[in-house]
Amino acid sequence: MGKRSVIPFGPQHPVLPEPIHIDLVIEDEKIVEAIPSVGFIHRGLESLVDRRDYNQMTYVVERTCGICSFQHGMGYCEAMEHVFGAEIPNRAKYLRTIWAELGRMHSHLLWLGLLADGFGYENLFYQCWRVREKVLDLQEMTSGGRLIFSVNKVGGVIKDIDKEKLDIILSTITEVEAELKVIKDTFLLDYSVQSRLQGVGIVTKEQAHDLGACGPFARASGIKTDMRKLGYGAYPDLDFEPIVSATGDSYARCYCRIMEIFQSIDLLRQAIAKIPDENELFTPVKGNPEGEYFMRVEQPRGEAVYYVKASGKPYLDRFRVRTPTFANLPGLCEMLKDTQLSDVGLLVLTIDPCISCTER
Amino acid sequence: MANVKRSPWLLHYDGSSCNGCDIEVLASLTPVYDAERFGVMNTGDPMQADIFLITGGVNTQNKDTVKQLYDQMPRPKVVVAVGVCACTGGIFKDCYNILGGADTVIPVDIYVPGCAARPQAIIDGIVQAVELFEQRSKEHDEMVRNQKKGSEVA
Repeated sequence: MGKRSVIPFGPQHPVLPEPIHIDLVIEDEKIVEAIPSVGFIHRGLESLVDRRDYNQMTYVVERTCGICSFQHGMGYCEAMEHVFGAEIPNRAKYLRTIWAELGRMHSHLLWLGLLADGFGYENLFYQCWRVREKVLDLQEMTSGGRLIFSVNKVGGVIKDIDKEKLDIILSTITEVEAELKVIKDTFLLDYSVQSRLQGVGIVTKEQAHDLGACGPFARASGIKTDMRKLGYGAYPDLDFEPIVSATGDSYARCYCRIMEIFQSIDLLRQAIAKIPDENELFTPVKGNPEGEYFMRVEQPRGEAVYYVKASGKPYLDRFRVRTPTFANLPGLCEMLKDTQLSDVGLLVLTIDPCISCTER
Repeated sequence: MANVKRSPWLLHYDGSSCNGCDIEVLASLTPVYDAERFGVMNTGDPMQADIFLITGGVNTQNKDTVKQLYDQMPRPKVVVAVGVCACTGGIFKDCYNILGGADTVIPVDIYVPGCAARPQAIIDGIVQAVELFEQRSKEHDEMVRNQKKGSEVA
């Protein structure tokens, strides 16, 4: 048995663009314990409810995170619509689904790029981000913003995607699919990539369940969980099954996310084929909100929970977010035990951490 | 840009941004936008960095980290505040944990607006920073030369 020592990881670390701090207790080169500390990006976003009314809060909530910005706005608006008891037009539901799936595609492509950079494959990183730019162009074309596009409103959406633009989306995702097939083979079949990912950082199904993991992290360990199956947006009309892998190692997490990009492409095709032809994009909501609601949304990183409470004033009493990365942090600390120090950067990446969501 | 002789290295730190500006900073380094054609290079080591890109406002927890990173960078150095949060605090200005823009703890030279700042705007900021760095390097060299002369005379 070697001597124990503590090595700090972060807050400024080359492998992650965001600050996370983990104290690694090591014995020789092996991790014995990992202790995370958070708070570097804490802004206190939830406290803004007493200065911004429920409509203005949509824009604040969208800035919880720049990557899954649309889905944050979507979750908040769906929760508020339940409080108002408003049924939004069908076309708005489909439009939200289309934007949400575009967001999932760009988020997973971003993660694949960072993973490639994490195991030292810079060319692959650039390829992933090159493909991702096509998805960002679609987002910009349909909404006017590359990342944060503020098209949500309590009661529906404020922009429409016309027929011409839907056709451009279809042709672009076909291009993306072809390029992704090449990238997928490199990730899943390349010998050196496999040697870094296979059998590293195993989380069993029981561990993932006990530690409350969610999203692709839980699905890679064999838990069939997907909040889209709860039936918000246009998802009840679309045909899909959660992608599950049994092994629970880094390779399985990579596999799940790659396959989810293909699933998103499929969902986009289904949604565009079924989108109803309506003129109305939102149902006007009247008066002030009263009541509370608990909304669950499947984000690229997993299940996000939004809690809103209102008591007949334009300002909410309470707004609360539980983000997927926060639920996955206990799983990460468990996973880091008994791994090599040089694998830590890569393993932290495999849960797809979004620290600005976590700390808000 | 024509008279730029040096190749400054970039250091990126996420203050308390929402991630939007961070991934745009990364996107502006990838081949589609390719900021590296202006001779800059991304590094993770503050000791080797010349230009400091900071995104997001400063909060009570990270103000020491930001200051420490700035102090670790060798002179001359240039600071670019990317995004509206790093410029003024942005939408989070009223939050209890936000002290303000990056300039509350370190001197900022160039402000890049936007929420999230677009890669084109970030590249414009980087190009201005490269020019400013060139100018400061010359002044710094001059100063070092004068100091040497002074010590020889003494």
